[in-house]
Amino acid sequence: MVKVIGESVKRVEDRRFITGRARYTDDIKLPRMTYASIVRSPHAHARINGIDVAEASAAPGVVAVFKGEDLHQESVISVPCGWQVDFKNGDQMLEPPHPVLASGKVRHVGDAVAVVVAESAAQAKDAAELVEVDYEVLEFVVDSLEAVADGAPLVHDDVPDNIPFDWELGDQEKTDAAMAAADHVVTLEYRNQRLIPNAIEPRSAIGDYDVASEHYTLYTSSQNPHVIRLLMCAFVLNLPEHKVRIVSPDVGGGFGSKIPHYIEEALVTWCAGQLGRPVKWTAERSESFTTDVHGRDHVTKAELGLDNDGNFVGLRVKTYANMGAYLSTFSSCIPTYLHGTLMQGLYTTPAIHVDVTAVFTNTTPTDAYRGAGRPEATYLLERLVDQAALKLGYDPVELRKKNFIPPFDGVNQPGYETQVAMTYDSGDYEPVLNRALEMLDYEAVRKEQAAARTQGRLLGIGFSTYVEACGIAPSAVVGALGARAGLFESAVVRVQPTGKVTVLVGSHSHGQGHETTFSQLVADRLGVPMDDVDIVHGDTDLVPFGMGTYGSRSLAVGGSAIVKSLDKVIEKGTTIAAHLMEAAAEDLEFAEGKWTVKGTDRSITFGDVALTAYVPHNYPEGLEPGLDFTSFYDPVNFTFPFGAHIAVVEVDADTGKVTLKRFVACDDVGNVVNPMIVDGQVHGGLAQGIGQALLEGALYDDNAQLISASYMDYAMPRADDFPEFEIDRCVTPCPHNPLGVKGAGETGTIGSTPAIVNAVLDALWHLGVRDMEMPLTPESVWRAINAAASI
Amino acid sequence: MPFSVRLTVNGTDYEHEVEHRQLLTEYLREVLGLTGTHVGCDTSGCGACTVLLDGKAVKSCTVLTAQADGGNVTTIEGLANGNELHPLQEAFNVEHGLQCGFCTPGMIMAGLELLDRNPNPSNEEIRHALEGNLCRCTGYENIVRSIKYAAAKS
Repeated sequence: MVKVIGESVKRVEDRRFITGRARYTDDIKLPRMTYASIVRSPHAHARINGIDVAEASAAPGVVAVFKGEDLHQESVISVPCGWQVDFKNGDQMLEPPHPVLASGKVRHVGDAVAVVVAESAAQAKDAAELVEVDYEVLEFVVDSLEAVADGAPLVHDDVPDNIPFDWELGDQEKTDAAMAAADHVVTLEYRNQRLIPNAIEPRSAIGDYDVASEHYTLYTSSQNPHVIRLLMCAFVLNLPEHKVRIVSPDVGGGFGSKIPHYIEEALVTWCAGQLGRPVKWTAERSESFTTDVHGRDHVTKAELGLDNDGNFVGLRVKTYANMGAYLSTFSSCIPTYLHGTLMQGLYTTPAIHVDVTAVFTNTTPTDAYRGAGRPEATYLLERLVDQAALKLGYDPVELRKKNFIPPFDGVNQPGYETQVAMTYDSGDYEPVLNRALEMLDYEAVRKEQAAARTQGRLLGIGFSTYVEACGIAPSAVVGALGARAGLFESAVVRVQPTGKVTVLVGSHSHGQGHETTFSQLVADRLGVPMDDVDIVHGDTDLVPFGMGTYGSRSLAVGGSAIVKSLDKVIEKGTTIAAHLMEAAAEDLEFAEGKWTVKGTDRSITFGDVALTAYVPHNYPEGLEPGLDFTSFYDPVNFTFPFGAHIAVVEVDADTGKVTLKRFVACDDVGNVVNPMIVDGQVHGGLAQGIGQALLEGALYDDNAQLISASYMDYAMPRADDFPEFEIDRCVTPCPHNPLGVKGAGETGTIGSTPAIVNAVLDALWHLGVRDMEMPLTPESVWRAINAAASI
Repeated sequence: MPFSVRLTVNGTDYEHEVEHRQLLTEYLREVLGLTGTHVGCDTSGCGACTVLLDGKAVKSCTVLTAQADGGNVTTIEGLANGNELHPLQEAFNVEHGLQCGFCTPGMIMAGLELLDRNPNPSNEEIRHALEGNLCRCTGYENIVRSIKYAAAKS
């Protein structure tokens, strides 16, 4: 039989995408469809004294104009946050309303004020220009440190100091003592800048209402249709969940930005109910920039204590996390449970304390962006380690190896208990670093660096060794930490009478290639050709309740749910096969798509058993017909991939331009089902991580206008910004899921950013440059070089 | 006042009355139902809407339908010959040059024009030629390989 697990099988979903036959939300056109345009605030903070819709309502093609008070009269409630993080003192998280349309006040540029529904998109946009809003502009605040300062304007009147919650993890007393006793303390104070995810498909949503059956359908570009259905029905529109169907068809990239339940989803659904006609809204790119959730935006002070032998003795962290104007769906868990819990890194640091203050500002809400908290944690740790190496004269490789946690496989050795509430599943950290060094030829590159320096050329080598948490997540654990949802995943394996297999999954593919990877699991387990397998996702009327795709969870959690159902199919199939062959079930073995009586040549095929299950004439007594199983898999732990990334850069001292000459990454994501797809995930992740280091950043001006709100102004990574990536893998299986997989969707982004910044600092350290803020644009690098030279 | 246009799209002649302000991308998507051409930014910044107009790669979100009057347009839907994929389409599958697929039609059309101008481009030339097309998924590496593959195949 052909081996399918571990093979770079070409993607089965590609054909529709490369022939222009994919179906994204904006491609859908329903009969009698109308089009919505949203009137948005041009101000960061303003009171709405009145909205005049008379002229807009009379404009050609306009079907309706709605404002906040129209919705609220219909008992539309605000959009909730999905994770409750209470204050350190036990007080409940402050969660001010996030209304579907602004009510009384607007709190960031782009906040939705009114909606115009018209016969065409152009007519809706024309009429939206005619809505007159009487704004009374209020004082605003953009920066998280300014927002917590005395006398700062309040984003929400009932949230004192603009702080919705604060949070801590680790042992403060022990850490303070360790830091006081440390021989050296290396300190960094920096901003992990705000980023804009920029999925290339703009968000889109179509609401539809069938008056006769009282059923709603929402088509939406979401990573998690069931989550949207639950939040929208139960918390926003008060709709009966069994009469609401959410379809997330092809989705053009997510990167976290399509996790949250957005107001536009509730808005078009509500409008469709009011009008009895489908209502479509598709974001213009400027709307995407100002209303898709942003990522990162931390202000951090981090201190690493070391003894005279280079051992890490303590880590102390203080972070202000900018939440923007409202608490988006998963915003509260990102700077806390997905950030603070990663502070152990892959080091034995015995004392750690992390303290986080969440802050409201008059900016676009922040939420998950690829990595979501773990890139921020890795940036913090890995910058500190290279900084310590440069400052104290260690080789960054040796300093890391000295502090690495020794290997543990989670089977023969227990998992590793961190100082910050996690138990790592399995880890073996030196091999990934050694392999990366080998790929780089470290000694040769160090020699090249020294030789280049004698010629006045500035080469730098930067490292990052990371561990991250994915396979999100054990429901009971996250529930105890404030999650308002379970984080299991679901899968149905439906064997058809002819032996073809339909698999319905609660995870959602928006580029990850699930249709291929999941088909490989089925083909491997059942011994059927991949062509006989179809993967269905993204429709709440078809697939069982699932939590969707983010946090590199789809294979570790969703794939495990598929395996559970496949095992149930084989178990029941064995009973049927035993009956048909008049043998005992325990005498049968299932391999390569057939059951064989051990030690004989008597066998029966999977297809014959499938047909029998649906034509049960000659059938085991008491056994139900059918071969169709649903499983829910709730993981027992997170998974913890890790890896080593090395960047080699050259800095042009005259222009400040950083050229990335090489990027080497050796990751360990556990077992791999499809190496080609995993490589692709790594490439894309690297591009985003390197983009943060060198190019990207959201910028608000003095009027709180987002001035990086177009592709002319926000520096997206382009094809010529990168060298060819040099990547490889080691394999340390996850001990607690049936596939031994860990997750590969975010490693590239999590690991790469600090390697780049470390490399640039390595190139410039001898000139006196000690730190720089991302992104490392030519101007900022040039200024840093010149500032150092003038000291 | 509507404006009368005649265009050839993927080998078929069309004649329509359109609004003066209508964009070529709207014409392709809304009038002809050719939704393979995507709108990622409306400002020619992302390249998802790239089509060939008289053999040249253009960003159809910033071309008026009226400007394309009399022109010959090729979209992603016009590349395959029945079930037989164009070498570039095949290349994107073989080299895993796509993930979410949203930028893919524009990438393929940009690649098509590049290979027309330069049948054997270097990696550097490919990366330079794709500067106007954004992809957030792939890190571009496999897109470059896809175009190399197609060049070798043609």
